[in-house]
Amino acid sequence: MFQSPKKTTETHSFRVTLLSRLTSPQALWVLPLAFLGLFYFYPLGRIFVVSFADGGIGDAIAKLISSAYLQKVLRFTVWQAVVSTVLTLIAGLPAAWLVARFDFRGKALLRALTAIPFVMPTVVVATGFNALLGPRGWLNLGAMEWFGATAPPINILNTLWAILIAHIFYNLTIVVRLVGDFWRRLDPRLAQAAQLLGASRWVVFREVTFPLLAPAILSAALLIFIFDFTSFGVVLILGGPQYSTLEVEIYRQTVNFFNLPLAGLLSLLQLGATLGLTILYSRLSEKVSRPLKLRSDVVTQRKLDTWQLRLLATVIIGSLIIFLGAPLLALALRSVVGFGDRLGATRGVDGTGITFKYYQMLWVNTRNAAFFVTPIETIMISLRNALITVVMSLTLGIPTAWLLAKRGVMARWFDPIIMLPIGTSAVTLGFGFVIAFNRAPLNLRASPFLLPLAHTLVAFPFVVRSLLPAWRSIQERLRQAATVLGASPLQVWREVDLPLVGRAAAVAGAFAFTVSLGEFGATSILSRPEFPTIPVAIFRYLGLPGAQNYGQALALSTILMLFCSAGILVIENLRVGDVAEF
Amino acid sequence: MKKLVTFALLLLAAISVAACGGRPVEEPNELRVMTHDSFAVSEGIIEQFEEANGVSVVIVQSGDAGTMVNQAILNKEAPVADVLYGIDNTLLTRGLDEDIFVEFTGDASAAADYQLDDAGRVVAIDYGDVCLNVDLGYLADNGLAMPTSLDDLIKPEYANLLVVQNPASSSPGLAFLLATIGHYGPDGYLDFWAALKDNGVKIAEDWESAYWGDFTVGGGGNYPLVVSYASSPPAEVLFADPPVSEAPTAAVVAPDTCFRQVEFAGVLANAAAPNLGTKFIEFMLSPTFQEDIPMQMFVFPVNVNATLPDAFVEYASIPEQPAFVSPADIAANRENWIEEWTDLMLR
Repeated sequence: MFQSPKKTTETHSFRVTLLSRLTSPQALWVLPLAFLGLFYFYPLGRIFVVSFADGGIGDAIAKLISSAYLQKVLRFTVWQAVVSTVLTLIAGLPAAWLVARFDFRGKALLRALTAIPFVMPTVVVATGFNALLGPRGWLNLGAMEWFGATAPPINILNTLWAILIAHIFYNLTIVVRLVGDFWRRLDPRLAQAAQLLGASRWVVFREVTFPLLAPAILSAALLIFIFDFTSFGVVLILGGPQYSTLEVEIYRQTVNFFNLPLAGLLSLLQLGATLGLTILYSRLSEKVSRPLKLRSDVVTQRKLDTWQLRLLATVIIGSLIIFLGAPLLALALRSVVGFGDRLGATRGVDGTGITFKYYQMLWVNTRNAAFFVTPIETIMISLRNALITVVMSLTLGIPTAWLLAKRGVMARWFDPIIMLPIGTSAVTLGFGFVIAFNRAPLNLRASPFLLPLAHTLVAFPFVVRSLLPAWRSIQERLRQAATVLGASPLQVWREVDLPLVGRAAAVAGAFAFTVSLGEFGATSILSRPEFPTIPVAIFRYLGLPGAQNYGQALALSTILMLFCSAGILVIENLRVGDVAEF
Repeated sequence: MKKLVTFALLLLAAISVAACGGRPVEEPNELRVMTHDSFAVSEGIIEQFEEANGVSVVIVQSGDAGTMVNQAILNKEAPVADVLYGIDNTLLTRGLDEDIFVEFTGDASAAADYQLDDAGRVVAIDYGDVCLNVDLGYLADNGLAMPTSLDDLIKPEYANLLVVQNPASSSPGLAFLLATIGHYGPDGYLDFWAALKDNGVKIAEDWESAYWGDFTVGGGGNYPLVVSYASSPPAEVLFADPPVSEAPTAAVVAPDTCFRQVEFAGVLANAAAPNLGTKFIEFMLSPTFQEDIPMQMFVFPVNVNATLPDAFVEYASIPEQPAFVSPADIAANRENWIEEWTDLMLR
């Protein structure tokens, strides 16, 4: 009839435990788990259930085992990804070093330049490559004129080289950003000390700098590998029809043959490979990363103060500008040169010189089309999507990366899962979205948040990977000191952690921004006709014959390039709580 | 810390509420039309249907035609739309076999000539012929005649001049492969392709890279013969720069060289507004909609009473005898044919 005092205490202590559980940092796991659960695992599970419902999995496995072609595709997929990743790292590290260690004018512009390829739709990049390297591209025309060659001397389009070059072109920015931004915060005194003790430059790099950089390099390599491994447009359009990757086969089996069991099996294979790699990566990076004292730019960077340095910098910057800039410039130039001029070379038509008419035409609804949207509106739509994506992916990514950096049991389990979205076939996930979010209570079909959600999913791994090295390197002592001085966990987080990862957060935001601007795979399935993004509008123009359509597609692509660089410059200059005051 | 968690939970709730907030409420006065990403219509056309019936029409674009049909199949129990428009004869049987349509009960007499479904579930709306296009200037400069048959393409004078698309990923590429199967038969088409390969045919991945990358008229390429549409020459005139009075290209419309893609519309099974859907399909067959089709989507209207725009009358030609393969044959053999072709041409 009366409550035993013991029981009250028990209930009380249970409440306390529950309360402390709920308010412990671990409860933050709810955020990424709920997001991925709802918008990734749920739609993916739905499509796999539908794919394997009729027991077609047995036939699919039999086909995979017996088909020499599919096995060749698998081998080629892995092989080209390995080669592309290695080449991208080699090409990107000098630039990362330069950006990390030196203070020079135009650095922000250079960083923005490396980001542009990342957002460009493949068809547009292919146009740029063609304008530069194609049989009637400028290099070949020039070579034929100067050296009197009768046939175009450069024939790399539709070869393996085109695939490799395009993969470097696209992913160089990952090295510059992930490695460069980690490098710029490394304490140069470690290397200086080694040098003082008599080590040569090479030994310093091999024994000191490289091991310290290893986590960032691994991070970049993993992202690049998964990107190349799941490459779609580059392989199809630049490599040509004789090359095929796993992602391409998944698309064909899904859309063209509607063979969902085989497509599902290949999708699972791609997911498994991504997961395996990421687990391997996590184990490796745990071994190689160590807490470091990160330094501000003031300490780590110096001027290009000797002529040797200036020469080296000129060579690196020059190669970057030529390699990344030439195809983009070729594209931009074509958008302001009248079409008659291009035929002029072979037909003797008089050129009209530089013209901006394709830009002016973008504002005219020539066909009186119902869903006509001016470029300004398209840009606003793309910008809105990109900003929502930045906010959502940072909101999710900052606490997620922080939790992962703490290395609990949950982190060990969750870490590899983060990478899965970019290892997932766009068409598989796209169809998953289509069947999962079409009816109540989750009818998102008409929601303005559907596209940013899909983009957040794609950007999420980049955001987390950009933040993780910075967060792992924060020394626990700083946090402890703050706690001892009476700061609450939230205060520690706000006053210690956040300022230290501000720079990384800007980089992460820039990634999310570019991913959203350029994303086309999910967009083409999920977008609404009234709200075309810039890539969708470019494709509308490219789909019809006629010089005007082509000119307008190039003009809009140029606008996308300019707009993207401007966005990157703004985001990177925000510098949320940089560490300059150290 | 507690604040942080509360914030996180609130944010999550906000995201999900915001995400669900845009949910369209199914109202009886709304008609949803699912179509592919090439769909286009002039301003003021659909509004006429909306005003006449007191409804609003929502267009749901769903990727390319194959992606759209697959979406409709996956969601056939609870379709996102009432009407599907844009399924063509290469995909038709896939949709019919999965029972995504109900029988059409309206008046489809204007489309009777193009009917391919005995059960009358779908209604033809438009058609477009995939044909060889030639660079007239190149042919004139080099004293070459227009090809007049598929056999011409394997003659030495047309060596290294033709670019086609990969049928595994391109819709015109598949259509051209079907034209060769229609003409040479399932047993003879591979011989033709082997000869074409020996004659230096270039295979591009898709229409965009073939037309803008390899075709001499489109841009930077070296191939004056390309697989495109019978309606491409009028587009070359309409969107020319600088303006031209004659098309720089022409379509080869000789017998058995083209393949006709017919696009159908149908009322989806389990639709919320099937009666409105039937009315809308009848509206799509009316001259108002039919006459708008050519200039927006560059295909031809099925209704013979629809007047063609001048550019189409002057520059477009319609093949009288396109090669034919039935939708059922296509559905049964598509994967097999593409694999055989790929084995021969790309491996």
